[in-house]
This record gives sequence, structure tokens and C-alpha cells, in this order.
Amino acid sequence: MFDTALTAADFAFLARGAGMTIVVTLISVIAGTILGIVFGVFRYQVGPIWAAPLTFVLDVFRSIPLLIQLVLANAFLGTILRLNMSGFTVACIILSLYTAAFCAEIVRGGIEAVPMTTRRAARSLGMTWGQDMRSIVLPLATRVALPSWIGLALGVMKDSALVYIVQVTELLKSTQILITRLQEPLLLLMICGAFYFVISFPLARFGGYLEKRWSND
Amino acid sequence: MFNYTFQWKQALARLPQMLDGALVTMQIAVLSMVIGILLAILLTMFRLSGIRVLSAVSKTWVEIARNTPALFQIYMAHFGLGSFGIHLSPFASILLGITFNNAGYLTENFRGALKAIPDTQARAARSLGFGQGGAFRYVVLPQMLRIAFLPMTNQMVWAILMTSLGVTVGMNTDLYGVTQGLNALTFRTFELFALAAVIFYLITKTITLGARLIATRLFRY
Repeated sequence: MFDTALTAADFAFLARGAGMTIVVTLISVIAGTILGIVFGVFRYQVGPIWAAPLTFVLDVFRSIPLLIQLVLANAFLGTILRLNMSGFTVACIILSLYTAAFCAEIVRGGIEAVPMTTRRAARSLGMTWGQDMRSIVLPLATRVALPSWIGLALGVMKDSALVYIVQVTELLKSTQILITRLQEPLLLLMICGAFYFVISFPLARFGGYLEKRWSND
Repeated sequence: MFNYTFQWKQALARLPQMLDGALVTMQIAVLSMVIGILLAILLTMFRLSGIRVLSAVSKTWVEIARNTPALFQIYMAHFGLGSFGIHLSPFASILLGITFNNAGYLTENFRGALKAIPDTQARAARSLGFGQGGAFRYVVLPQMLRIAFLPMTNQMVWAILMTSLGVTVGMNTDLYGVTQGLNALTFRTFELFALAAVIFYLITKTITLGARLIATRLFRY
């Protein structure tokens, strides 16, 4: 186990993969969250009937394997629309939409958790819809939504392992490339798993702590 | 813009093969779910047992399953065990990987559900003459499964979506694997995968709606 063929250059290669994982995750989570908030507020605001098309589309993103979404998007953008997009762009677009689909649910749940009476009180104090949203709904809904949002962000990081299918070399793909070359699957997988674990575990714990602390009982 | 002729007929002609694949996908998902639930009940009991070693096993399992990608867990089952000389078939590796993942997530769900059941339930059962095991088996467990039913359906959907990862360890009989094999033959990537997506969507919808129906039948008070 200790006479490994792993060199410093290989480590740098893994680190580049890890960097790619983080970059893809950050872009998708930020873009997806913004989109998700827009979708979530829209869905809540227009009611279930008018939001039905949007609900359906978001539902599709949640019911189809991410791998297929990526392949389809790649085929659609690449061979049908003939746009010359890099795999990185396709990966970010799809992961953002994927994040948005889940985030919209979380946002809607958060808004619904704010008691209607509180909002009516705010409006009857003369607050506009925007003021009500910003000063009343936002702080109260955040308490409900933030723990699940942390879970979502970590989920996206883990799911970003699938973007290898559109030729993005992220951590797990670089690990696999090294496995093919060095034939030391266990050690390399351990390193890769440890990386995900070290990022995910503390944040998941923090989310659990917030959930416990902010729950109403 | 559209310099592309869709050839849906070619994809539709392959529908029977893909449906066979969907059957294998369902098989993997259902098997992994059944074994996963049993393991999760066992792990929950480990957690409650108060024996430090068992509780640590349960905790470690849950944290690894929840904090690493599912694809990593499948790689571990295939290549990781391979380096110990245990060479699993693609079917076995994907089943093992997903089951490991399911068991971890479900244990966490069960633990949450257990918190929602008042201690008095178990104590009342004990005072009615149930043993420790009997109280858990006949009083706590049914209530726990009822509360955890919705998370369990979610996990079932995840299990189905996760089967698509089997292709990375050489699985070629499940829905995704079959689709990719056909794609290599015909190069109708978009049509074939769109069809696969529709099948996946219908399967997951059937499960969520079916579960909702069962839930209203089973759990009315």
C-alpha cells in the first residue's frame, strides 16, 4: 500500500479535477439558486393553475436521471442547434437548471411556511408587496429554507461527478483516469472520497445544527 | 438553424429493447430498495442499541453514504472491492452501490421518524407486557415506517435515477445501458435518449402517484 506510483504531478492532476468540481458546483449553485428563487416566487404568486407549465418542466428535471439530461442537452445544443458550446458550458447550464428545479420547491416551501396573518399584518401596516417580501417573508422563510438549501448545494456537488459525460474532467473522472494508468483503485478512490467527504460532512453537520436551532419547537 | 432531420421511427423501433431495459432498471431499484430498507432497520436498531461499536458502524455508514457521490460508491463497489480480489459483475456492483446509498439515507430518515414517535408509546407497550424486541417490532416499527413512507418513496425515485450510473461500470442491460448500446449502433443520440427520458419520467411518475394512492389507503385514521 505504501509503495505507490503516485507522483506529485498526479496529485496536481487530481487537484485540477477537484478545482473543476468546485468551479462547476459554485457556478451552478449560484445561478440555480437565483433562478430557483425567481421560479419559486413566481409559482407561489400566480397560483397552481397558471404555474402548471413551469411546474411540469421543473418536475421533468427532477424525474429524469442527470446523466440523460446532460446527454440530451449536449446532443440538442451540439448536433441539432449546432452551437459550438464547450462541455463545461453545457454542464453548467444543465446543473443550474437542475439546481433551480429543486431550489424552487424549497423556496415555495419557505414562503408557504410564513403565516398568512403575519403577511396580512405587514400589508395592513402599509407595506408594499416588495417591502413585505423583503422585510417579512425573506427573513422568516430563510430560517425554514436554509438547512434544505445547504443539503441541495451539497447534493449538487455530489451530482457534479456526472458531468464527465460531457467531457468535463472533474475530480472523479481524473481519479478514474489515474486508476486506468496506475492500477491502484483503492488508494485513489480513498483520496477522491476523502475530498468529497471533507467538504460535505462539515457543511451537512452545520445544516443539521441550523435546522435544530431554528426549528420552532 | 434546423439542419437536422429527426428520425423518431428509428428510435421507436427500438422501444421493445428499451422496455426490457426498463424492466432491469426496475429490478435493480426494487431489489436495492428492499435490501436497503432491511439494512436501514438493522442500522437504526444498531444506533439505538447503545452498544458503542454497533452505533459507530451505523454512524459511519450513514455519513459515508450521505457525504460522497453515489457514483463514487458504485466505483468503490466495482473497482475498490476489485483490489481486494472480489470481482463483482456490473449488476452486482450497481446493486451493491445503490443499496449502500439507500441504506444510509433511509437510516437517517428512520431516525428522524423515530424522533417523532413519543417515548410513551414504547413504554406503554412495555407495560402491556411486550419485551424490548416486541415493543419495537409491533409498536414502534409500524409507526416509524408510516412516518417514513414519503421519504421512502423519494428514495425509491432516487434509486431508479441512480441505476443510470451503472453504465460507468459496464452495465449494458438496464435502460440507460441499452440506450447507450443502441446509440453506438445508430447514432440517433437525441431521439434515443429523449425516448429513454420519457420512459424514466413515466416510471418515476407512476411510482410517486402510486405511492400517494397507497398512502391514502393505508394511512387513513
